[in-house]
Amino acid sequence: MTRLFASLRIALRALMVNKMRSALTMLGIIIGVSAVIAMIAIGSGAKQRIAEQIASMGSNLLMVMSGSSTSGGFRGGAGTVPTLTVDDAKAIQTEIPAVKFVSPSITGVAQVVYGNQNWSTVINGTSPEMLEIRGWSLSSGRSFTQQENDGAAKVCILGRTVVENLFGGIDPIGQIVRIKKIPFVVVGVLFPKGQTTWGQDQDDIIFVPLTAAQKRLFGMAFPGMVRSIAVQAWGPEKVKEAEGQITELLRQRHHIQPSQENDFSVRNLTEVMSSAEQSADVMSLLLGAIASISLIVGGIGIMNIMLVSVTERTREIGIRIAVGAKGRDILLQFLIESLVLSLMGGILGIGIGMVGTLILSSFTKWPTLFSIESILLAFLFSGSVGVFFGFYPARKASLLNPIEALRYE
Amino acid sequence: MEPLIQVQELVKVYRLGEVEVHALRGVSLSIERGEFVAIMGPSGSGKSTFMNILGLLDQPTRGQYLLEGMNGEHLSRDELAEIRNQKIGFVFQGFNLLARTSALENIELPLMYARTSTLKRKEMTQQALSAVGLEGRGHHHPSQLSGGEQQRVAIARALVNQPSILLADEPTGNLDSKTSIEIMGIFQRLNGEMKITIIMITHEPDIASFAKRNILFKDGKVIEDR
Repeated sequence: MTRLFASLRIALRALMVNKMRSALTMLGIIIGVSAVIAMIAIGSGAKQRIAEQIASMGSNLLMVMSGSSTSGGFRGGAGTVPTLTVDDAKAIQTEIPAVKFVSPSITGVAQVVYGNQNWSTVINGTSPEMLEIRGWSLSSGRSFTQQENDGAAKVCILGRTVVENLFGGIDPIGQIVRIKKIPFVVVGVLFPKGQTTWGQDQDDIIFVPLTAAQKRLFGMAFPGMVRSIAVQAWGPEKVKEAEGQITELLRQRHHIQPSQENDFSVRNLTEVMSSAEQSADVMSLLLGAIASISLIVGGIGIMNIMLVSVTERTREIGIRIAVGAKGRDILLQFLIESLVLSLMGGILGIGIGMVGTLILSSFTKWPTLFSIESILLAFLFSGSVGVFFGFYPARKASLLNPIEALRYE
Repeated sequence: MEPLIQVQELVKVYRLGEVEVHALRGVSLSIERGEFVAIMGPSGSGKSTFMNILGLLDQPTRGQYLLEGMNGEHLSRDELAEIRNQKIGFVFQGFNLLARTSALENIELPLMYARTSTLKRKEMTQQALSAVGLEGRGHHHPSQLSGGEQQRVAIARALVNQPSILLADEPTGNLDSKTSIEIMGIFQRLNGEMKITIIMITHEPDIASFAKRNILFKDGKVIEDR
C-alpha cells in the first residue's frame, strides 16, 4: 500500500516536471472521454424518448385491421374492405384469455365546425375502452358512458389540437361542434400526447361513440362492420400469444380455408416500436464508437509522450536498475504514470462531457440521459487506454541495458 | 573462507558492427574482504568493463566470476538486480543522483526496491546520511548541493543497504582536489572503521595512493598488482 502510494507520488512528480506537456497529453483523453459521455447521453436520451412514445401509444397493443379489397386484380390497402365486425371484437374479448381490453373502431376524416371556425380532422368512432388501451387520459370532462356508446349518442371527446384550432381560449366542455353538419356535444378533452416518432400529431383527433360513427357519420354498407379492432393484452409476454390466438379465432369466424389468405391483418405495434428502439440503440452504439476513436487517438498521444519520457529519463532508469530495480518495478513506474495521465484525463473528461452535454441539450432541446453505467464505462475505458498505450513504452524502459542507460547523455 | 571476489581468465569481447573489440583478454585475480583496491589504467584498458562485470551490470564472454563463491552466469536480469541491490553499492563519476528528488529520497532508493519497511527505511537512511557527514542536509535537492556533497549523497546511497562491496568508478573525476581528498577520507574511514570492501577506478596516482592495493590495467590485462 505504501509502495503504491510512493509509486503514485513518483508518477505525479514526474508529470509535474512537464506540466504543459502532461496537460496537452491529458487533453487528448479529456476530449475523447467527454465525447463518449456526450454521445452516450444523447443516444440514451433518444432511446428514452422512444420508450416514452411507446408508452404513449398504449402498452401491449395489437391492431387488427380489416382486409384489403380485391377487384379486377387491383388490391386496395388494409382496411379498404371492412371484413371485421363488432361481433368479432366481442368474440376476441370473451374467448381469448390473454386479452384485457378490446375496442373496435372506424375512422374517417371529416370537417368539424364550431361557430365561425372549422377544422378537418380524424374522427374515430370507438368504444370507451379505446382511451384505456391507447393510454389516453382526460384533461377535463368525461369519457362516454356505455349507454351513450350503445345508443349512438351525439357526444364527442376532442384532442388538444382540435380544441386549439376550434375554440381558442373558450372552455369546450358542453359546447356543440358540428361534424359533417351533425351536432355533437363535447363531453371531454384529452390530455395531449404530442407527436409520434414519425411526426404525426396524435392530438389531432376526435373520439365519438362507435355506433354514432356507424349510423350518423360514415354510413356503412354493412351495419356492424368496423375498420379495425384495438386489442390490449394483459402483459408484454401475452402479446405474442394473443396475436396467434386472435388470428386463429378470426380465421375460424371468417371461414377461411387453410389454403386461403387472411382477410384481415394483425399488427403488433409494440414490435414496430421496439425496432425503432433498436435503431436508437444502434445509433448510440455508432456515436459511442466514433467518440471512442478520439479516445484511442488520445491514447496514442499518451504512448507518444511516454516514449519521449522514457528516452529523456534513460539515465534515471539506468540508475534505478543499477541500484536494484527489477523489470517489473520500472514497468510499474511508467505504467502508473500513464495510468495517472489517462485517469485524470478521464475524470476531467467526464466532468467536461457532462457540462457540455447539458449546455448542448439546453440549446438544441435534445433529450439527454446520463447513466452511472456510461460514466463508469468511460472511466474504465480511459484507464484501459492508459494501460494499453502505456504498456509498450513502460516495457521498453524496463528492458533498457543499465550500462548504456547510465552512459546516456 | 573463500575470497570475496574471485575472477579467472575473464574475457570480454564486444562487437561493434564488423569489428570485434577485446576489452578483457584474460584477467585473473581475487579480492579479500576488507580490501581497499584502486584500479588504474589508461582509457580503453578494460578497467570500466571489468568494473561493470564485478558490479553484475555486464556478463563476461568467457571465464568465471565468483562473488562470495557464487556464480552469476546463469541468473536472470531480475535475479542480478536483486544481488546488486543486496551486495553491491555503486558510486559514479557523474554522481548519478535523481534530480528533483531530495537527498534522503535518493539514499532511500535501494531500500525501496528491497521492499524495506517504512520505519526501517527511515532509520537506515538517516544512518547512511550521518555516515557521510550530511546530517541536516537530507531535504536538499541535488541542485542545491555542491559537487562534494552530491558525491557524499551518492556514497550514502551506495552504503544504505549495507553491501559487501562498494564499487566506485572515478569517484573524484568531477571534483576539485580538496573535495577529492575529503571523499577519499570518507572512503578510508568506511574501509577502516566499517570494514567495507572498496574497489575504485581512478587515473590519478595521488588518489590511488589512498588505497591499500593498486591494480594496473593495460590492453585488457593486469600488468601490475601491488
